[in-house]
Amino acid sequence: MNVLRSLAGSVRLVARRPVGLLGLVGVTAFVLLAFLGPLVVPLHNAVSIPDVYKTPSLDHPLGTDFQGRDVLNQIVYGGRDILSVAFLAAFFSTAIAVTFGALGATVGGKVDAFILSLADIVLTVPHLIVLIVVAAVFRPNSFLVLAVLLASLQWAGLLRQVRAQVLSLKEREYVEAARSLDLGLFHIIFREMLPNMASYIAIHFIFAMTSAVYAQVGLTVLGIVPLSGANWGVMLYLAQTQGALYFSDSFWYILSPILAIVLFQLSLVALASGLEDVFNPRLRAV
Amino acid sequence: MAPLLSVRDLVIHYRSPRGPVQAVRGVSFDIEPGEVTAVIGESGSGKTTLALGLIRLIPRSATVARGSIVFERKDGSADVLQMEPDELRAFRWRDAAMVFQSALNSFNPVIDIWSQFLDTGRAHGMSDPRAVRARAGELLELVHLEPERVLRAYPHELSGGMKQRVLIALSLLLGPRLLILDEPTTALDILTQRAIIDLLRDLRMKLGFAMVFISHDLSLAAELADRVLTMYAGRVVEEARVDDLFYRPRHPYSVGLLKAVPRVTGELGALESIAGSPPDLVRPPSGCAYHPRCPFAIDRCRVEDPALFPVDTPDHAAACIRWQTVAETVGTRRPAEAL
Amino acid sequence: MAVRDITVPGPPLVELDRVTRTFVTPGGTITAVDDVSLALTAGEAMCLVGESGCGKTTTGRLLAGLLRPTRGRVLYGGEDVWTKRGAEMAAFRRAVQLVHQDPYASLNPVRTVYDTLSAPLFRHGKAHGRRDARAKALELLTRVGLTPAEDFLAKYPHQLSGGQRQRVSIARALTVDPRLIVADEAVSMVDVSIRITLLDLLLKLRDESGVTIVLITHDLAVARYFARRGRIGVMYLGRIVELARTEALVSDPAHPYADALIGAIPEADPTVTRTKTRLPLRGSEVPSLLHIPPGCSFHPRCPLFEAGLCDVRVPELLPIPGERQVACHVAVRERANAAVRT
Repeated sequence: MNVLRSLAGSVRLVARRPVGLLGLVGVTAFVLLAFLGPLVVPLHNAVSIPDVYKTPSLDHPLGTDFQGRDVLNQIVYGGRDILSVAFLAAFFSTAIAVTFGALGATVGGKVDAFILSLADIVLTVPHLIVLIVVAAVFRPNSFLVLAVLLASLQWAGLLRQVRAQVLSLKEREYVEAARSLDLGLFHIIFREMLPNMASYIAIHFIFAMTSAVYAQVGLTVLGIVPLSGANWGVMLYLAQTQGALYFSDSFWYILSPILAIVLFQLSLVALASGLEDVFNPRLRAV
Repeated sequence: MAPLLSVRDLVIHYRSPRGPVQAVRGVSFDIEPGEVTAVIGESGSGKTTLALGLIRLIPRSATVARGSIVFERKDGSADVLQMEPDELRAFRWRDAAMVFQSALNSFNPVIDIWSQFLDTGRAHGMSDPRAVRARAGELLELVHLEPERVLRAYPHELSGGMKQRVLIALSLLLGPRLLILDEPTTALDILTQRAIIDLLRDLRMKLGFAMVFISHDLSLAAELADRVLTMYAGRVVEEARVDDLFYRPRHPYSVGLLKAVPRVTGELGALESIAGSPPDLVRPPSGCAYHPRCPFAIDRCRVEDPALFPVDTPDHAAACIRWQTVAETVGTRRPAEAL
Repeated sequence: MAVRDITVPGPPLVELDRVTRTFVTPGGTITAVDDVSLALTAGEAMCLVGESGCGKTTTGRLLAGLLRPTRGRVLYGGEDVWTKRGAEMAAFRRAVQLVHQDPYASLNPVRTVYDTLSAPLFRHGKAHGRRDARAKALELLTRVGLTPAEDFLAKYPHQLSGGQRQRVSIARALTVDPRLIVADEAVSMVDVSIRITLLDLLLKLRDESGVTIVLITHDLAVARYFARRGRIGVMYLGRIVELARTEALVSDPAHPYADALIGAIPEADPTVTRTKTRLPLRGSEVPSLLHIPPGCSFHPRCPLFEAGLCDVRVPELLPIPGERQVACHVAVRERANAAVRT
């Protein structure tokens, strides 16, 4: 009940500003499209040579691809993997960053130095090249493996931020009071400090999702990740390798996945900027 | 003799999401040349807004809704609220200078003290650096600092007390006839506080300027002031010579403030805080704004909002219909008697 | 209000035994607290007074077990707390609670009053279930004078005034039934008009539960009011220079620094404050903690300075007649002579 009420409160605060409302609507729409869409819309992946590269029509609102398959249908089916991987990658990277960033800052000493140097290494290696090499070696064929792979390169930036925040929060008088009251490390980190970093973390989470979307689409387009089913990256890859660029009628085929990706990213960014209000206790309490 | 500064019916509002905050609600008073006036009150009483208003330095979110602030110059009087920007800039250092509380930390850290003097002098028509140097030297000696050393220093090289002295010297650079000080000793240690108090008293004797200082610290008023204004909820509720205010207060709020302050020497006396908290200035209470906290309040106080009127003597005014009862309760003390 | 006299002798509750604490700063090592010994009797209300940089806050944090002494021991119930670890150390920390100066920084902005009070209650098994925690929190709020208590439970810190926050801070300290409360400048940032009620509240809690309270303040008038039946310790550059019963200290300070402070403090009485006798000092600048003068650290400013003595030997805090201790060669000698003469 309480959770529901606080969720409703958050939604109300995000929607207070037009940009937040836009982001919220956009992200919700994409989530519904990607996860509910396939349940409602039947899959059409039968090859139909007469229909190759049709321009948009009532039958095919976004036209057809090089094998005559409906593009809109692919957009609907192609979102789930992208969104899942993005969400999981952001989740893993945030979890790593928060846990180890907070741990390093609270424990200090060698543990902290070790965590920090690890983060610095990850920050300095060229991500795309590492991704290509690792992806080439491991051939990540499940979205879980891909998410872990992406997360393993994303956590370092947030970790440094979380660590810096914790270092500063540690000196706050209310944290000192919590130490005095012997409330325990878990309470201090998760109840006293984390809520004060929540906006940071949430916003990082969203930006981690956006970069995970780009990374996986990039890997797919480069042909490094094995093609499994339809996703927006695969569509772009096929559009490119099948020469769709050379047909003027295939305009919508190429544009559709790009638009889907861009709109989804924009919605995420808009949501992120709408989130700031949610974590301001002054707006929370009515 | 005409007063140096004459404030009439000054009203200052702040914008806020809930409506205008009535920080200063119709304040009138005079400052005589060479006189030291203390404005006392809790935070939120409007005293800082009033001080800033005197030289029209209020923040953007504030507006002067009404009133006049007439400053008497040698060549005639002028209303501060009607001045053009150029005239106002000249007024601010030449006629009235302000020493801020926060200025202790707001010296520009990368500019040495000499340049701060030079810039201020140049901005106000002292084009000859030698004249600035001579005047700065004089003033710094007056505040018991070594000009040679201090002028070459950067702000971080000075202690809090030294910075405060430099600020006072700087504010006097153009020879203002009125010095406005906002909590001039609040952030300082006791011995430094003492030195600044003695210094201000000494400077006033030597240079003859008038002072208005804002303080929540009654002891500073007791030390320095000739006259005291007690502010509550944006109004002046009592105006009196310093002895009258401390020994014969007639407004219950002044009485409350006096009873709330412990002393180091003499009898400790019975002390108590003022009940309740300062009012919401978006919606001030009806009648006398102090009535919800006032031990003397009667039904009439809920509806009637008295203006300042003379009590006891012609130069003692209080805005309280119950002042005679207050007088009977508090009595007429002689100096050094406990409340 | 009846304030119990604290001369009742008893074993010390918390004791600093020749405690020194240094800090490494970019400019060098500074000694914030230098060889301080202080025994707190259970149930006393005392004050530590001094100007900024005198080490009073560091002393408070040493008493609260939040800082480890560089040298010396912190004793609780006669045992050295820093030889303990884990649960025992935690128990000591709980027994000593700090109330901070800044009511805006001492409460977590994202936690309600209920959150703040219930966490320690749950953690230490003093409340079982929400209903119980709520009842206990209401009881605490009533004890610290926040009534009607129901109105405060759901409030966030920013919805409270400075004085109300300070009361919540005190209530939070009370959740763990402390034996000692160190109140560091606890009334400096609230309005003058309500300081007395906050001090009275602390004294009332002392009377009710026998908790020892050390109030750290730069304001001698506040100290005199709070510790009117107890002791005041005056600190200067990391050392206690005089430790005496309050009335004795304010009416007849033995240490020249205490004397200078009392003479210098402005008072809310025009005649008193303008006619007070003042002890003139030889210098006005407080030495940097990086360059503490040799011998008695007050000697460059001291009117009683005797060359060859004060700039050479560090004065110990020694007893003089009248249940008091002073760290001054000259004052100790003069007072002893005066006692012999009479």
